Amino acid sequence: MATLPPSPFDRDRRNRRTLVTMALVGLAMLGLGFASVPLYRIFCEQTGFGGTTRRAEASSSVRVATGHTLSIRFDSNVQPGMPWQFYPEHPTDTVTVGAKDMAIFVAKNMSDKPVTGTASFNVTPTQAGAYFTKIQCFCFTQQTLQPGEEVRMPVLYYVDPKILDDPDNRDTQEITLSYTFYPVEQGKKAS
Amino acid sequence: MTTITADHHGDHAHDHHDADHKPAFFQRWFMSTNHKDIGTLYLIFAIVAGIIGGGISGLMRAELAHPGIQYLHTWAMFMDGPEATLDQAYHLWNVLITAHGLIMVFFMVMPAMIGGFGNWFVPIMIGAPDMAFPRMNNVSFWLLIPAFALLLGSTFVPGGTGNGAGTGWTVYAPLSTSGSAGPAVDMAILSLHIAGASSILGAINFITTILNMRAPGMTLHKMPLFVWSVLVTAFLLLLALPVLAAAITMLLTDRNFGTTFYDAAGGGDPELYQHLFWFFGHPEVYIMILPGFGIISQIVSTFSRKPVFGYLGMAYAMVAIGVVGFVVWAHHMFTTGMSVNVKMYFTAATMVIAVPTGIKIFSWIATIWGGSISFKTPMVWALGFIFLFTVGGVTGVVLANGGVDDVLHDTYYVVAHFHYVLSLGAVFGLFAGFYYWFPKMSGRMYNEFLGHLHFWVFFAGVNMLFFPMHFLGLSGMPRRYPDYPAAFEHWNWVATMGYMVMASGMVIFFINLIWSLAAGRKAEGNPWGEGATTLEWTLSSPPPFHQFETLPVVD
Repeated sequence: MATLPPSPFDRDRRNRRTLVTMALVGLAMLGLGFASVPLYRIFCEQTGFGGTTRRAEASSSVRVATGHTLSIRFDSNVQPGMPWQFYPEHPTDTVTVGAKDMAIFVAKNMSDKPVTGTASFNVTPTQAGAYFTKIQCFCFTQQTLQPGEEVRMPVLYYVDPKILDDPDNRDTQEITLSYTFYPVEQGKKAS
Repeated sequence: MTTITADHHGDHAHDHHDADHKPAFFQRWFMSTNHKDIGTLYLIFAIVAGIIGGGISGLMRAELAHPGIQYLHTWAMFMDGPEATLDQAYHLWNVLITAHGLIMVFFMVMPAMIGGFGNWFVPIMIGAPDMAFPRMNNVSFWLLIPAFALLLGSTFVPGGTGNGAGTGWTVYAPLSTSGSAGPAVDMAILSLHIAGASSILGAINFITTILNMRAPGMTLHKMPLFVWSVLVTAFLLLLALPVLAAAITMLLTDRNFGTTFYDAAGGGDPELYQHLFWFFGHPEVYIMILPGFGIISQIVSTFSRKPVFGYLGMAYAMVAIGVVGFVVWAHHMFTTGMSVNVKMYFTAATMVIAVPTGIKIFSWIATIWGGSISFKTPMVWALGFIFLFTVGGVTGVVLANGGVDDVLHDTYYVVAHFHYVLSLGAVFGLFAGFYYWFPKMSGRMYNEFLGHLHFWVFFAGVNMLFFPMHFLGLSGMPRRYPDYPAAFEHWNWVATMGYMVMASGMVIFFINLIWSLAAGRKAEGNPWGEGATTLEWTLSSPPPFHQFETLPVVD
């Protein structure tokens, strides 16, 4: 036997409740869409996803895995139109896993105006990102070059020996560290 | 399935009944709160948008019939002025593919499936007098008009290299941010915002209607499968569209207010946009096809004179497709540089969707098996749907493999795949539903001969149009270019011929539509006989302006 139909008053109240609940669900998804910006950054930093590198303090000590070496390649780019020359002093280096090493990048402002730049970075193969650790890097801060000024910028880094235990990095013999310099424009803030 | 008793029967005369009192023309159609009238408006809107979107694909097929640039430069001169450059012509190509994609997705398939058939038949099938929020329903429809106007208008204002938004329907950054100066892309993005708001309101309305407005005895597990399909679709809309809204709002601020959400120069990441877009975009493809699944279930059951095989399995297969559809998005991004493990996950998760989809296909076949089949026009369209959707599903399983997709990504193989599931799947579902419910909506029978002729011409045309694209894609022809090496000419020419056959099929459809509306035989309440068991067939054709003033009782 079917139940009696609900009274219109009851039905309207239930409808309004469902409406509010569903609107809240929609708003929550909208919030999630915006929240994904910081969540995505945190996710990449925590997992090394997409070749995101790690950062460590200078005092940190790591075990040096003597006998295990990796070839490191340095790649440098500037955004098209940016009036800088930017290149590594030595395009390749060979490091012992776990040992700290320094690479020097050279940047020169070729224009007659001061230009401020900021660099983005990552490594390939991407699964090596979680083990590539930088202690000091020019990419952590903005750089301003006066007209014609040339600077030598150091990167202090090491490759975490845990990479030797990672089956996904079994084949990794060479890691490429890539930088791209972008001009910092007025009104553009880092998000 | 269930025995249904209702107070309204087809053979009743409703002409002078209170329930059939209609408001004057302007009030009825422009201020409508009646779910059937709004459904009709949605269907008319979808047909108009379909003609425009389909016409654009005709322009593209004409250009692609032969290698080299045939007409594109002339069209660019027409759009951008006589001094239009070749680059502006290439931009016009991007505008055409963008407009075709956006119009077909947001202004043809979605309004027809959800707004049109959903509005018309969800309230009737659950025994409700109308939608839960009739005025909100009206707002949903009328928001589509400015959205469509903004999209069409964007074609005539600067969008970077030439006039119009040439970003592809995905609107990827940085092409859509730093690569497209001018207001065209802003207009297209606002158009998506408004269309999205319309769909979210509609989704909330459907969820409330289905959860709260069912007639006594109409439990969730007795609802017709079409209602189930709209319920699942509405939840997908509600969960996916706000994410798109967030993603494209950030595009707008990147474009206009100097933020750098998708700009690496300021610490952002253009890949984030792809993740957000496809988190919406993948559920979106199920939004387009699920109501089609529902329509096919009703039709297959009606014309086999059997209840649907495995009703609960069919309903929960749709739920499963909806749930799993939210965790497979990155299979659209296999070539963005993912690790093997991530690719493995997204490959495996994508293939899992083939299981509930297979349940649906085999349950339809099992429904037909041993049935008393009548090959009326809706049934042949439904059978065409099952065949063609399966073809598109199989190429989908091929593309789900991350390793294979490295080769086939952005080739015509992908174009063939998604046109088999959408242009052939969803559209065959739409035509099946249109012929199935046309007598109910209009009160007149369509012409059976013209309906069959439409089917066979259209079926031959679309297969000739899209099947060769598999060959082109496997040989490496990339998507989204107006020109190609001479080696690809043969199959491109065949595809363009197929377009013309398909277009002739559409002429037959419109002749049938006009003839049937003007001179079709009057339809009785239930023209399909005992196989048609859902509530809409207990009403007259067309149904009274207000149905179910006394709620029907389902037992």
